[in-house]
Amino acid sequence: MRARRPKLAVWKFASCDGCQLSLLNCEDELLALADRVEVAYFLEASRAVVRGPYDLSLVEGSVSTPEDADRIRQVRKASRYLVTIGACATAGGVQALRNFADCQEFLSTVYARPEFIRTLERSTPIADHVPVDFELRGCPVDRAQLLEVISAFLAGRRPRVATHSVCVECKRRGLVCVMVAQGTPCLGPVTQAGCGALCPGVRRGCYGCFGPAESPNTASLARAWSQLGATAQEVARAFRTFNAAADAFRAESERHERG
Amino acid sequence: MSRPPTSDGSTGSPSGYVLPAEGLGELFDALVRRGYTLVGPTVRDGAVVYDRLSSPQDLPVGLTDEQEAGRYRLRARPDRAYFGYTVGPHSWKRFLQPPERVLWRAVRDGDGFRVEAAPEEAVRYAFVGVRACELAALAVQDRVFMGGSHTDPLYRARRADAFVVAVQCGQAGATCFCSSMGTGPRCTGGYDLVLTELLGGEHRFYLEAGSPRGDEVLAELPCRPASPEDRQAADQAVSRAEAQMGRRLETQGVRELLLRNLEHPRWDQVAGRCLSCGNCTLVCPTCFCFAVEDTTDLSGQVAERRARWDSCFTGQFSYLHGGSVRATTRARYRQWLTHKLATWWDQFGSSGCVGCGRCITWCPVGIDLTEEVAAIRGSDGLRSGREASGENP
Repeated sequence: MRARRPKLAVWKFASCDGCQLSLLNCEDELLALADRVEVAYFLEASRAVVRGPYDLSLVEGSVSTPEDADRIRQVRKASRYLVTIGACATAGGVQALRNFADCQEFLSTVYARPEFIRTLERSTPIADHVPVDFELRGCPVDRAQLLEVISAFLAGRRPRVATHSVCVECKRRGLVCVMVAQGTPCLGPVTQAGCGALCPGVRRGCYGCFGPAESPNTASLARAWSQLGATAQEVARAFRTFNAAADAFRAESERHERG
Repeated sequence: MSRPPTSDGSTGSPSGYVLPAEGLGELFDALVRRGYTLVGPTVRDGAVVYDRLSSPQDLPVGLTDEQEAGRYRLRARPDRAYFGYTVGPHSWKRFLQPPERVLWRAVRDGDGFRVEAAPEEAVRYAFVGVRACELAALAVQDRVFMGGSHTDPLYRARRADAFVVAVQCGQAGATCFCSSMGTGPRCTGGYDLVLTELLGGEHRFYLEAGSPRGDEVLAELPCRPASPEDRQAADQAVSRAEAQMGRRLETQGVRELLLRNLEHPRWDQVAGRCLSCGNCTLVCPTCFCFAVEDTTDLSGQVAERRARWDSCFTGQFSYLHGGSVRATTRARYRQWLTHKLATWWDQFGSSGCVGCGRCITWCPVGIDLTEEVAAIRGSDGLRSGREASGENP
């Protein structure tokens, strides 16, 4: 008799669904995946829901409402392994821009009836609320890394996910450095690899989608950006995107935000 | 830096020939006829990179480069020179030690598994446009990959087959310091053919063979014997490069200097600038470190072992049980520089630096190892007082 397949659940919190779509976008591997796991809960893909507990939960999105904060505890309880996927789940996402301002002011500006809105003052990563077994970076996550993480958990081994800079991927690909050869400001030297150096591959600077690399010297890179002509405001904005609330990027943007 | 073999320090060998510039295509053809895949300098994304070549028109014709710490730009030359630039971000190690490769694969087979050797791409390269510093770098990597009791079969096979067309530098860049390292700018051995591009008067190449293979190829080219004037012009071209050397590194006692200054405050200062991004090691033509990684696929049926370029600037590089041995950027930069210039001697009997200047140019924040060494030399013996605070490394 065939062994029971592990149950996979995919959960959504405050997010754009792009990371869940990255999983659905694994077209060539979806059948192999369905063969190895029982897709037990994945509303983006199917209304059919199998009750927990779940062997592996992938969590997309940040915690941004009181309901989220309760629900993630339920997810954790129902999951053997919990892996967060994407910048929202690992750093708070672009919605963490609210963390730098007065959330109530946003509410009254955006909504006609703000009293109907229940939200938290800050958007926070999943790991701020429950223990997380692995955090996969990216906005969105990289398909190959996602499959690697799933494969690793199925095999009971550590995922092979590098924490070094984008520069290492860039140089392995043989790309020409956009900062040195074009004077284009690039976040690659302080950003974690994983995307395969997507933007430098099309002669753009890195936008930092995968968040801070393992030892990010953001202050030195910011000085280099200034020498290339970037204003303090531009530096602050560069560090304040999808991973705005990740510690190293947050601290660097705060050093520059008032020019 | 130990010199490659067959060095006699001379250039005006009596077997010199002259190839008109139009004849360069015939050299390419002769190499292709022998089954070589030609790789060499070509322009991509605003820099001279090394890639497949099909004709001399793929070379960076009429271009030169301007280099400074953390800065590289291509510029037009007033002439149609084929080799009128120095070295770019690539080096030949890309072809001999590929950035990523599968070492072997294991496939489940009943209750066990079988191991399959990775299919290696059988390719014979002709390297066109190898500079003196790069010949020295090849010699360094030869010692690393073939010098000890364990050799790398892929490297050995590709290296043994590779046909090396060296080119004498007619100019040096602002970040070049090969003359300090004793590796250039004059190519003195380790090649099959060596060209010197002569631009004054008739556009032509002064040519010498450095091996029997080189002699055979040379015999097929529309060459004429070189005149004393040709030889003199070739010699002067390299002397000009020597005089233009943009950087200098005092190598006298550098090993001892660095090893007795492991607690120098300069390491803290450079750590304040260093991004720990790994660029210097990846552009370095001698840095050879790679990571060996095992993976399994989704089905759980196939496991793979891969080798990928790694860098001593990553945390995972020195990860042992429980953590990274070199947790700080200070420790990583110090490890890299002291290995390159000091302990490389103990390990391989030569310096690990050939003076090409790539690590200076391609550092996004322009850290210059010649400046770092000079700073330590200038305040030899200074200590940061870290030892007392127990913060080492």
